[in-house]
Amino acid sequence: MSEFFQQLINGLAIGAIYALIALGYTMVYGILRFINFAHGDVFMLGAFAGYFLSPVVNRFLPAQSYAGGAVVLVLAMAICALIGMLIEFLAYRPLRNRPKLTVLITAIGVSLFIEYTCQHDAVFKAAPRKFPELIPFTNWHLGGLVLNTNQVIVFVTTMLLLVALTVVVQKTKVGTAMRAVSFNEQAAALMGVNINRIISFTFGLGSALAAAGGILFAMNYASIDPLMGVQTGLKAFVAAVLGGIGNLPGAALGGLLLGVVETFAGGIPGLSNYRDGIAFGVLILILLFRPAGLLGKLQTEKV
Amino acid sequence: MLEVKSLQVSYGAINALDGISLSVKPGAIVTLIGSNGAGKTTTLKAISGLLRTQAGSIAYDGQDITNLPPHQIVKLGISHVPEGRMIFANLTVHENLMMGAYLQKDRHVIHGELELVFATFPRLKERGKQIAGTLSGGEQQMLAIGRALMGKPKFLMLDEPSLGLAPLLVKTIFEKIVEINHQHGITILLVEQNANLAFEISQYGYVLETGRIILQNESKLLRQNPQVRSAYLGA
Repeated sequence: MSEFFQQLINGLAIGAIYALIALGYTMVYGILRFINFAHGDVFMLGAFAGYFLSPVVNRFLPAQSYAGGAVVLVLAMAICALIGMLIEFLAYRPLRNRPKLTVLITAIGVSLFIEYTCQHDAVFKAAPRKFPELIPFTNWHLGGLVLNTNQVIVFVTTMLLLVALTVVVQKTKVGTAMRAVSFNEQAAALMGVNINRIISFTFGLGSALAAAGGILFAMNYASIDPLMGVQTGLKAFVAAVLGGIGNLPGAALGGLLLGVVETFAGGIPGLSNYRDGIAFGVLILILLFRPAGLLGKLQTEKV
Repeated sequence: MLEVKSLQVSYGAINALDGISLSVKPGAIVTLIGSNGAGKTTTLKAISGLLRTQAGSIAYDGQDITNLPPHQIVKLGISHVPEGRMIFANLTVHENLMMGAYLQKDRHVIHGELELVFATFPRLKERGKQIAGTLSGGEQQMLAIGRALMGKPKFLMLDEPSLGLAPLLVKTIFEKIVEINHQHGITILLVEQNANLAFEISQYGYVLETGRIILQNESKLLRQNPQVRSAYLGA
């Protein structure tokens, strides 16, 4: 029984990270109706931003302190928000009125560009690096369960960010504008909404969440490399589809679910090598019965 | 108030507007009638900046607004109630109205506008928290007009407000349009297929046919024009 809860905790921890990344995919899809395949690389850049910021921040704040960790997190989120907005401005905005397929292929191009530029020796190099310990590390034993500080930080940070995101999207003027643009761009423009600014904001918001995911991931897995966003980004994308692409609570739910399923699959003796296969198999099954995702609504294409 | 000169808009190789000119005087209700595909909606979209023009000019209050982006045109006091209403079906009625006041920063002004809209359309007040997509067609049209009024426009463009509504509701909506014009002093450019009603409440009219204005006159004279009568009034 305790093994079950241990796996659940581990699964929710990785799932929370998938959730943070999935939100960015789903928000961009909600507004522009395309998948930003470079999003997983923004996650990677978030982890690297944390890697390089940590020693800088430690000049002002003690190493392995909560204050220092928080500052690193916030700065990395800000940097990635700018990177996300820059990607949109340079790569996607010029293609705004082109077929969606063109933008999609461009997104794959941007992704490959970031991955291979970052592997260059003059940039991050291809070899994995050890991520610094941002906060004091402790293992807590609760009954038969082991919970460490990094996992707790994943849960707390993810919860805070989800609440903050909900407030922004549901309660603020810019959030209402985001929802309006996602429903009908022309009508939103007629209200005086500067569409470009809202799209830019959406990319910034999604990229900041991906950066947070990158730092939390790096804290838990200790090793980072320029290709770390490929697999994780793909899974987060699947999580967004699983929850219902374009649906924010769906992305969070899909992320958590995927994390739990793959962790349990990895725990089956003799099948742990098939972890991803089992996880994706479950997803295919779910999508067979709910093609629009768990919380998504089927939309008929307008012709 | 509005001066459109030799406006040309095309979708690819197809000319939707072939050099139309029209003008709207302050305080007036002017109507633009024509059959499907004549270019009525295209005209309004070009004025509000949703479509780019190939030639010609649009001036508002003496200022050239040709090809300005929509959000800058709204700022000048031009509101456009688009064809098919285009309310935000995923937002509440209240949120829809607040989107209408997107550029207004002063809370008191927004509150005042909200009161005015509720005075014109009391139904919207009852439905405040309801998701707009669940409103009836008539209520959605009221919401679309109310939302446009939230921006405190001086010039209002309405694209087929009667579309898909029961005759009784059409009458109510048209009474409201007259009320908005008289009581709020808002100049109106009305696009309609229901030429009878449109000529009844407007002072001046234009008849559009395949991208050209073929007739223009005072509405009461257009109503008697034999050509208009046979083509648009079913006489």
